[in-house]
Amino acid sequence: MPARRRGLRRLTGHVPQPLMIGAGILIFFIVLAVGAPVIAPYDPIYQDISARLAPPSLVHPFGTDNFGRDILSRVIWSTRIDLQIAFLGVIFPFIIGTAAGTIAGYFGGLTDTLFMRLIDIVLAFPFLVLMLAIIAILGPGLASFYIAMALVGWVSYARLVRAQILVLKQSDFAMAAKSLGFSHWRIMFRHLLPNALIGSIVFAMSDAVLVLLNGAAISYLGLGVQPPTAEWGIMVAEGQAFISIAWWIATFPGLAIVLLAFGFSLLADGLGEKLGVRP
Amino acid sequence: MHRYRFVFYRPLQLLPVLFGISIITFVLVRSIPGDPARILLGTRATPAALERIREQFGLNDPLWMQYLYFLKNLFNGEMGRSILYKVDVIGLIFERLEPTVVLVFGSVLVALLITIPLATIAARNRGGFLDQAVRVISTGGLGMPAFWLGIMLIILFSVRLDLFPVSGYGQTFLEKLHHMVLPCVTIALSLSAVLTRSLRASLLAEMQSDAAMAARARGLPENVVFRRHVLPNSLIPTLNLLAVNIGWLISGTVVVESVFAIPGMGQLLIRAIFTRDYMVVQGVAMLFAVASVLVNFLADIMTVTLDPRVKL
Amino acid sequence: MSAPLLKVDGLTVETKTETGTHRIVDGVSFELQKGEILGLVGESGSGKTMACRALLRLLPSSRLSIPKGSVRLDGKEVMDLPEDQFRAIRGKRVGMIFQNPASHLDPVMRIGDQIAESVRFHHGGSKRAAEERTIELLQQVGIPDPKERSRAFPHEFSGGMRQRAMIALALACDPDILIADEPTTALDVTVQAQILRLLKELRDARGLSIIFITHDLGVVAQLCDSICVLYGGRVCEHGPKERLLAAPRHPYTAGLMGCQPAIGATGERLRTIPGYPPTVDAMPTGCRFHPRCGNEVAECSRRQPPLEAYEPDHVAACYNPVGETAALLAKESA
Repeated sequence: MPARRRGLRRLTGHVPQPLMIGAGILIFFIVLAVGAPVIAPYDPIYQDISARLAPPSLVHPFGTDNFGRDILSRVIWSTRIDLQIAFLGVIFPFIIGTAAGTIAGYFGGLTDTLFMRLIDIVLAFPFLVLMLAIIAILGPGLASFYIAMALVGWVSYARLVRAQILVLKQSDFAMAAKSLGFSHWRIMFRHLLPNALIGSIVFAMSDAVLVLLNGAAISYLGLGVQPPTAEWGIMVAEGQAFISIAWWIATFPGLAIVLLAFGFSLLADGLGEKLGVRP
Repeated sequence: MHRYRFVFYRPLQLLPVLFGISIITFVLVRSIPGDPARILLGTRATPAALERIREQFGLNDPLWMQYLYFLKNLFNGEMGRSILYKVDVIGLIFERLEPTVVLVFGSVLVALLITIPLATIAARNRGGFLDQAVRVISTGGLGMPAFWLGIMLIILFSVRLDLFPVSGYGQTFLEKLHHMVLPCVTIALSLSAVLTRSLRASLLAEMQSDAAMAARARGLPENVVFRRHVLPNSLIPTLNLLAVNIGWLISGTVVVESVFAIPGMGQLLIRAIFTRDYMVVQGVAMLFAVASVLVNFLADIMTVTLDPRVKL
Repeated sequence: MSAPLLKVDGLTVETKTETGTHRIVDGVSFELQKGEILGLVGESGSGKTMACRALLRLLPSSRLSIPKGSVRLDGKEVMDLPEDQFRAIRGKRVGMIFQNPASHLDPVMRIGDQIAESVRFHHGGSKRAAEERTIELLQQVGIPDPKERSRAFPHEFSGGMRQRAMIALALACDPDILIADEPTTALDVTVQAQILRLLKELRDARGLSIIFITHDLGVVAQLCDSICVLYGGRVCEHGPKERLLAAPRHPYTAGLMGCQPAIGATGERLRTIPGYPPTVDAMPTGCRFHPRCGNEVAECSRRQPPLEAYEPDHVAACYNPVGETAALLAKESA
């Protein structure tokens, strides 16, 4: 069986429990995001001054904030932004890093050495610090966040893919493809890459956790998503001022982050187990 | 002793990385559109001050020359001035160093105090309820944002139980210790989540190793085998993981300093970003990067010291 | 004959797999006298290592269990002892050395410290006394410069030295019986000879009884007093070395003898026993060896032949044992 197909074959068969639960959690949040207009009990920006700082109750299951806005509705609506952050914040680095890693790993030599040096230098910076520095230059905002993410996050994927390509380069089917006279690009992208991708996909799941947490942290600091957009990190920041009188404002958005992150972690573990890769 | 030879060679290998760090930082700040002098000194700068800085950093010269000026100033300990605080960046950094360093070391200590018992319980009860519980807790812990966790701890221990201060750093040694408990625990909890998984895996591998079995064959009881042969060997890869994750740890301290209003380098960085205090941003970012490189170097030295087989 | 130091009776080890429960060791029985060197011989998968691990209750996985079997040390049953009492036997009465000393020694601890640890654990005493004893032991096993070498780490030793260190480590506990699990298989022939000589010296000097596990008949011929042959988890034959080498009763033993190439013999084809040893989940019924046996009769596939005594100290389990002619043939080609 051509090695290219081996990867897909592994998707059928026994499904590990973490994979199912993780997928379930992710689907749950996707449903929340898509169905927010229908699912959320209140309008997220509607201010009910008479119900300011109300504790959790049957009317407001997650309570209200100091503007009288229903926390549950805001948490549900925030799902859109946070899922977008988790998705786009992984996709851009994934694409850039995979391309870079494939080229570096395949061509080797000077290209590879230069890439490795660059990766070492980028990795020397603490992740958040470098992102903050870039956001400092670009100005706060979600777009800056994605650009910074792309500029900093590609490194892990590049390293991973490069390592895989280096191994696969020596494999029998790669040698066969070469002897058949296929062009470099064809070998790289149609033969080597699909097999190398499996490790990256599993890694992407655990990376999603970090991206989500980073995005929320940067928004918490006021440098990411800007108010009045509702996002879990911002909500926690808004709630911090009231922790002595209204603990629920900061608590529930954070719980949403924890749950989604837990889902991604389980997905990473489950996929890793299924595909025989360590996340 | 020749195993330590790399201590002399490594700094040479690290030089390109250190230069790379300076280049990236330099390029970042210079890529802001507008008059560099005004950007670095702020809008209230006097024409005289603007001229001075153009001289000092060669801002009228081509970019590559500016980089050389930048390096020269760096070696003279000149990192520029803060717009907000109106003092030298380097002085500011030294002022703010202590809380951050205390936070980092304290977190590592607490993390180890949490990780080692937890991983031990999991490994020695393999497959059992306790093991599952530890694995679930550590997977869950991985997904807990540090800023939220810190706030939760404040709600519980400061607001409700009034055991710890809500924020700040304190003056006396004891006060500082008291203030640092919650921040350190916050970071330590996240760190433990990562370390526990790794340590547990190492412990399990060591417990099933030939060497452990041979030790049992000599009649040594399980807890002696564990304490003297399994645990020390397992700690080495975990400590390595810790060192490799130093960047992550520093990122955590930046956020936690914000949550607890600790006057460290993290808070300095955040404030500098908001006030467009680019000299400070530059200085702090570079310092963190260099510190991270240094820690990795020290980690390699530690590995060679602890594991007699390793040759670097 | 005096009472044996070690008497193993019907020792059985089972493993649980997806295909069911299988016996890796099936009712193995043998005796060991004080000062005797017993060679436990068999191909891989014959159960020889597992039987000895079971002796020390050191089974590597929870899927393995010992459903039955008796082990008597000095006449006293030990298999039913609770773990904390059984532990007193490990090391102190029965020690074990292994095939690959590199992986069986703690890599981050100095050799001397590992030996001293056992000395202090089993005999108490001060650190200084333990250090002195360590140097003594290293000397006894023939390691030069023992004082310096005791500060070395395992990976700094050569293969032969490591095995000597391992022996010293086992001796530190001062056992009566030493189980040697293929200790020379991974060593050069010259180093092998040195280790075998060392073991013999230890037997002569301290009356150490040795169970030597191996698949190498040449080693057995050099070192052992008696031989116990295992196949498919069962004992085929057990008796004094000379008798088994010259006139084996069991066809498997005869086959093994016939497989040994004689130094100097030329022009002859190397003889082999046709077929392969059975796997744990595909054991033949009756006698395990019958599918490969040249002496097979009808009864062999129906029931396991019992161990019959041909001399007081020579037993074999076969319905159609090798006769005098076959024994002569084996002797000729050996």
